[in-house]
Amino acid sequence: MTSLIVKNGYVYDPLNSIDGEKKDIFVKDGKIVEEVKEIDAEIIDASGKIVMPGGVDLHSHIAGSKINIGRLLRPEDHRKDVVKRGKVTRSGVGYSCPSTFVTGYRYAEMGYTSVMEAAMPPIGARHVHEELNDIPIIDKAAFTLFGNNHFILKYVEEGDDEKLKAFVAWLLRATRGYAVKIVNAGGVENWKWGRNVHGLDGEVDDYDVTPRKIITSLAKANEELGLPHTIHLHCNNLGMPGNYKITRETMDIVKDVKPKAGRKTTIHVVHCQFNALDGDNWMNVKSGAPHIAKYVNEHDHVTLDLGQVIFTDTTTMTGDGPWQFALWNMTGNKWVNSDVEMEGGAGVVPYTFKKNNPANAVQWGIGLEIALAVKDPWKVYMTTDHPNGGPFIYYPQVIAWLMSRQARTDTMREMNKACLKRTGLASIYREYSFNDLAVVTRAGTANALGLVDKGHLGEGADGDISVYDLDPFAWRPSQYNEIIKAFGKAAYTIKGGEIVVKDGEVVATPMGSTHWVDAKVPPEIEAELMKDLEQDFKDYYTISLKNYPVEDEYLPTQKIHYAGGV
Amino acid sequence: MQLTDIVCPFCGCLCDDLEVTITDGHIESVKNACAISRSKFMNHHENRLPAPTVKGKEENLETTVKRAVEILAGARRPLIYGLSSTECGAIGKAIEIAEYTGGVLDNTASVCHGPTILALQQVGESKATLGEVKNRADLVIFWGSNPTEAHLRHVVRYSVTPKGKYVPNGKKDRKIVVVDIRETRTARMADKFIKVKHNKDFELLLTLRALVRGEKIAAEEVAGVPMSAIEELAEDMKNAKFGVVFFGLGLTQSDGRHMNIDAAVGLVSELNRKTKFILIPMRGHYNVGGANSMTTWQTGYPYAVDFSTGYPRYNPGEFTAVDILAKGEADAALIIASDPGATFPKDAAKQLAKIPVITLDQKTTPTTMLSEVVIPVATAGIEAEGTAYRMDGIPLMLSKILEPQEGVVSDHKVLDMILTGLKEAKQ
Repeated sequence: MTSLIVKNGYVYDPLNSIDGEKKDIFVKDGKIVEEVKEIDAEIIDASGKIVMPGGVDLHSHIAGSKINIGRLLRPEDHRKDVVKRGKVTRSGVGYSCPSTFVTGYRYAEMGYTSVMEAAMPPIGARHVHEELNDIPIIDKAAFTLFGNNHFILKYVEEGDDEKLKAFVAWLLRATRGYAVKIVNAGGVENWKWGRNVHGLDGEVDDYDVTPRKIITSLAKANEELGLPHTIHLHCNNLGMPGNYKITRETMDIVKDVKPKAGRKTTIHVVHCQFNALDGDNWMNVKSGAPHIAKYVNEHDHVTLDLGQVIFTDTTTMTGDGPWQFALWNMTGNKWVNSDVEMEGGAGVVPYTFKKNNPANAVQWGIGLEIALAVKDPWKVYMTTDHPNGGPFIYYPQVIAWLMSRQARTDTMREMNKACLKRTGLASIYREYSFNDLAVVTRAGTANALGLVDKGHLGEGADGDISVYDLDPFAWRPSQYNEIIKAFGKAAYTIKGGEIVVKDGEVVATPMGSTHWVDAKVPPEIEAELMKDLEQDFKDYYTISLKNYPVEDEYLPTQKIHYAGGV
Repeated sequence: MQLTDIVCPFCGCLCDDLEVTITDGHIESVKNACAISRSKFMNHHENRLPAPTVKGKEENLETTVKRAVEILAGARRPLIYGLSSTECGAIGKAIEIAEYTGGVLDNTASVCHGPTILALQQVGESKATLGEVKNRADLVIFWGSNPTEAHLRHVVRYSVTPKGKYVPNGKKDRKIVVVDIRETRTARMADKFIKVKHNKDFELLLTLRALVRGEKIAAEEVAGVPMSAIEELAEDMKNAKFGVVFFGLGLTQSDGRHMNIDAAVGLVSELNRKTKFILIPMRGHYNVGGANSMTTWQTGYPYAVDFSTGYPRYNPGEFTAVDILAKGEADAALIIASDPGATFPKDAAKQLAKIPVITLDQKTTPTTMLSEVVIPVATAGIEAEGTAYRMDGIPLMLSKILEPQEGVVSDHKVLDMILTGLKEAKQ
């Protein structure tokens, strides 16, 4: 493999405390190295440009049954954004439910090199991996759904912490998953009888457990197994005005869980905008962001991502069946519900966020208010919860809002006044620095995920680099359109030491790796677990235990992260 | 050699509990299989195409593939069709061939559950995996579907007799209803049979929906069913803890087509405001789900995809195989794991006989008989591995339990050779 030198760029590498320093970055055999000789290397002139580690998206819906339902449901979405076959690229469609190939190209075009699929139904894991294999260029991982799984509910009910841990480890291995995802703990189980769960101490039908017990037990198991990422939590009551309270309470119930060595955090709250609503109903909904920000500013065990709203027609999709049902009732749009035996479910409803809709205007404000009111960028990450808040192709627009008050003001001018009256956004003057931006889009996310070779440009890191054609010292926040342009089409994206994007165009499509976690538990406990699995699979599942785990054939390029401690 | 937990490559049930005994390189016996499945396994070696042929003349694989490449490279509007009875690796290659040649890609859904997909694109659907039915359903409605004759183990594995978590007594805990135009074998084992007039399902579905919403209906009968019986069914639906509608071609291919499914989805969605209700299409071919699913993730659309503009376009009725053929647009065809020569309407089949056709199959069919190029392939799920998607979307891995005859390779391999040949021909 050839060597590369990215020369003379302004480097933002927060994990190595490099903040806009003019510096050369050297890559050899796919990794960042201390130096390579110019004569042996391809040289990229990054003078006057921004150099950052490749972007790492820690929450997006890119592969598996849910996004594919979205694709199937929305031919009208595809028709406005078609993609022709190119010299090295496949054809497809884009917008809110892009085809797999296009997903890889478009992330890479924005300088992203790693993306996490945020919700993998275990029994559908093969489907997720088949799609991940058709997403070129980027590295990927999928988070396995746990919060409404029969075995989790059973072991939480029995208080059997050891079997719970053994099951978490086993299911991550069986599904080739990377992290523990929880969606509306207990609520999705209740949805199987057409109900939801109410509050952290609400009853879960058929199991003597509560959301509180499920979340705390899983957080504890997660940390005791030493998994690289914390629990990845979609809180209860999502989308219900007043839900900032349960969100704050949820963060609080895991504050005493002992984090794994080397990390302070025990919980990541996803797409927080949808869970930071104050008010009593959608008519008077207002921002609960200050409450959330205050809590996060005062505690170090929490990280968040935004789920920022974009004003466009998009497709909502979550593992939260009852919420999608509620959204269908609110909108009357087409609705898909998809329940999964013993494990969970999902729903899909198209939705258009409109500037003149007061509730949408408030939601837009909440996302940015959270991003700006949480003081430490290492605690809050940029996402749109693609495609729920909006398609990921709008990330450059979100960057503009974060970095330019002018950009926010200009958008607010066109918006329903509810945004001014019911959020605190207009009185926030903070603008992200380029260093902050590098934290919330790569360094912070990689750090939160425990992907130690990602999100930085230190020696030994993966050779994933993005170069943006923007002079950070000449740029002023009023020129926000320039940042949208620069971050929309990277000057260069380098993946594993190979130039994959040049001048915003895909020039090579190597296959990225799929990351997963192999956590070890004591063999005697695993043997006990297997007896339970055999019995319950026979009684309740419709496929055999033997046919359940994902075969190695589905991960042609895998990277295994080991955890546990036997 | 005794193999367990083998996945059956026949129907959309994708039963995964088969036990196959192999002795001296042939299948000795198959346990747990239905009659059709057993026949597929036990007779898979019978009447196999002896060799690749070009215009009926035996050739080696390379020469045959070369001719296939010539045909496709020279075609202006090739049709790539079939795919529902092979594994996903082959489907992926077929999609790329269609894209590369600027052709039209279609799978058998277009003559089967295509209307189901059209309805989904209009209104959505409320569905679940089959295990949800097994564990919870206390009301099971088969509408225009006849599993005891078409999906033989459906009723034992998923929908009627199995004991589930919340229906511990199996059939005793469930009410089985059949709505059909004639008393099928499934109707004879049901607790209730409702005989609907041919082509009147739409009216019956809408009436049920109105009743579920609490509307009053003045008519004394609808679709040949007395109002008292419809009211009773509506009450059963509302009172169920977990209800399911399994629908088949009786609903998708009778008058109204996708509007029938639209009405069924509307009824089921409405019922979710009262209780829990879902519907599941009875998909036929074992991997028609995978053909739709994979085509969707790669192109955005499930079937009827045209690549002539360089990007995928979707329009059932325009880019569906029958239409492309009947209009005389297709000037070559690549048929994989399907027999349109036998099953398509006359005008479409006639056109197929006029143009150069390449067919990949195991056995002689009317389609192979009208094909210029015929390539015998391994049987997926017996002689080749790969992924298949069950009728409810659950993906399973098909096993290779036997070596194919010497010189015979999988659909995946042949299609890969064709694709490589096309790319080389361009350079």
